[in-house]
Amino acid sequence: MKLFSRTILRSAVLGAAVALVAGASQAADITGAGATFPYPVYSKWADSYKKETGVGLNYQAIGSGGGINQIKAKTVTFGASDMPLKSEDLDAAGLVQFPMIMGGVVPVVNIPGVEPGKLVLDGDTLAEIYLGEITKWDDAKIKKLNPDLELPSTDIAPAYRADGSGTTFLFTNYLSSVNAKFKDSIGASTSVQWPTGIGGKGNAGVAGAVQQTEGGIGYVEYAYVKQNKLTYTRMVNKDGKTLEPTIKTFQAAAANADWANAKNYYVILTNQPGADSWPITGASFILMYKQPQDAAASATALQFFAWAYAKGAADAESLDYVPMPKAVVDMVHKTWTDNIKGADGKPIWTASK
Amino acid sequence: MVDATSQSIGMRIGARVARRQRMADKGFRLTTQFFAVLVLVLLGGAIVSLTVGALPALRAFGLGFFVDPTWQPPKEIFGGLAPIYGTLVTSVIAMIIAVPVSFGIAIFLTELCPPMLRRPFGIAIELLAGIPSIIYGIWGFLVLGPVLQHTILPFLKATLGQLPGIGFLFSGVIYGQGIFTAGVVLAIMILPFITAITRDVFETVPPLLKESAYGLGATTWEVLWKVVLPYSRAGVVGGVMLGLGRALGETMAVAFVVGSAIKINASLLAPGTTISATIANLANSNPSQLLNSALLALGLALFVITFIVLSLAKLQLMRLQRKAGG
Repeated sequence: MKLFSRTILRSAVLGAAVALVAGASQAADITGAGATFPYPVYSKWADSYKKETGVGLNYQAIGSGGGINQIKAKTVTFGASDMPLKSEDLDAAGLVQFPMIMGGVVPVVNIPGVEPGKLVLDGDTLAEIYLGEITKWDDAKIKKLNPDLELPSTDIAPAYRADGSGTTFLFTNYLSSVNAKFKDSIGASTSVQWPTGIGGKGNAGVAGAVQQTEGGIGYVEYAYVKQNKLTYTRMVNKDGKTLEPTIKTFQAAAANADWANAKNYYVILTNQPGADSWPITGASFILMYKQPQDAAASATALQFFAWAYAKGAADAESLDYVPMPKAVVDMVHKTWTDNIKGADGKPIWTASK
Repeated sequence: MVDATSQSIGMRIGARVARRQRMADKGFRLTTQFFAVLVLVLLGGAIVSLTVGALPALRAFGLGFFVDPTWQPPKEIFGGLAPIYGTLVTSVIAMIIAVPVSFGIAIFLTELCPPMLRRPFGIAIELLAGIPSIIYGIWGFLVLGPVLQHTILPFLKATLGQLPGIGFLFSGVIYGQGIFTAGVVLAIMILPFITAITRDVFETVPPLLKESAYGLGATTWEVLWKVVLPYSRAGVVGGVMLGLGRALGETMAVAFVVGSAIKINASLLAPGTTISATIANLANSNPSQLLNSALLALGLALFVITFIVLSLAKLQLMRLQRKAGG
């Protein structure tokens, strides 16, 4: 009996020690979860930041909806979402929201004989494809946009995100703004009821579905297109200009954003005017508590974000994301000092740090 | 109890030991009883929390939730019919494929197989039952889906799809993933379960009966059809029901190959979804309280469906045991 209890005691002490050590090393890491859309740039920043400061980032790309859930459940220090929350939702949960990065969503296709960047689509055609009204690649409407392409009479096989996703929000928001029927019957959200097509999990699931099925079409975040050399399409924008998806056209759309007059940074960048504006552009947002339970963890996270604003531009541009302009960064800094406070009522982040 | 003056030391010790053993027995009984009750508490807790979680959705949409195919998150309108339909149809396809094959295997193993091969076959089937479902899922996604997409599915579309009346079941774009593919993967998964139970049940048929039938000049087919099956009918039905129960609730493998479209398509080749796949896809990835509640309501529906099927299975198996006992 004595021996038994001694063993228990010993293993309990050992367990506690292990837990302590693990706890200490975890405290140094920033925890966050949410959008898959900015995941490539967040992970690149995390690498650079870890080299510079030794502080790591544990970011789970579980989708924007999941990010909103996780921050509300207080399991992470920050949540990330491509769908901005409305002011009343933020107030109800006691959250602050700020934009971190901007980028583009790009349609990808799998049509025999069609090379990357050759096919041209416009918003209305894209909406009709996803409504199931255009069902063949040699449809008159697609032919009209592509007089020089030889299009087969293959069935169109649309693919979309099966999980709740900010990429889906940007895509459906765009289709809703260019096609009234899409807006009425489907609408814009992180997940919707598609009348046709197949669901895949994450960018990889959508790209996989497109590549597996001849005649496939899908939508993914641009860095994913570039890294995997997918067959992207060009798009006709609001001004009627046909554009390649590049950082230039994302920037042009982003330049339209009126951050100063948007309450809680509620800005959606799809279907922006301007000759060079890529039509499916969006910002990705960070959600944090105004009065975090763990002020130290939030301060560490804010230092990381401040670093990313100040030094992350090159990393972001190398992945074709658009960094936030200086004026917006200054506004965000002010938001932090005005809103995010510790238990003592003082801001947990100051510009001098 | 123990009288030290009149009883020997040995008896005293004996009584003490007996008392201690009684105590130990009692403690042991209470402990095991506690564990058993714990199971009931867990079951009750699961039902209660599912129901409570599902209440907001049921309050918003009423019982119509279970027969409404609309699923529109932007408008906060949810109906569970599409996943319920997908769950039932994938399971039915799985049963149509798995039951005859399982019966074939079971009959071969019990009646026709050379005794030397019986063990290897039996072990192989049990191993098949032990493969984790995620492996069936990834295999279905990477291997079976593309193979079906380029072989059997176009063939079905070109043949059955052209028939009047049922042609619509095999029409549309062929994705490789969909209700039919999910049914095929499920069939492979439940095959070993049904086979194992059917084999065991067939073995309960007294050799005397079979040998008498053979002695009267019956063929193997007649013995099976007129002696073995009628004798073991209840058990066979129970085994089939157990397989069905597993098919209904299977999550990972189905989520990989069903195509995750929350919509009822007339065509079996088209993507669809099941209750468990819908929950797996959306449970942690949406901010809507009502959607989460709708998912729990779907969970409740699955719980009820599975409960009914498994109860029927148990009932059938119990009937068989009574027969075998009496």
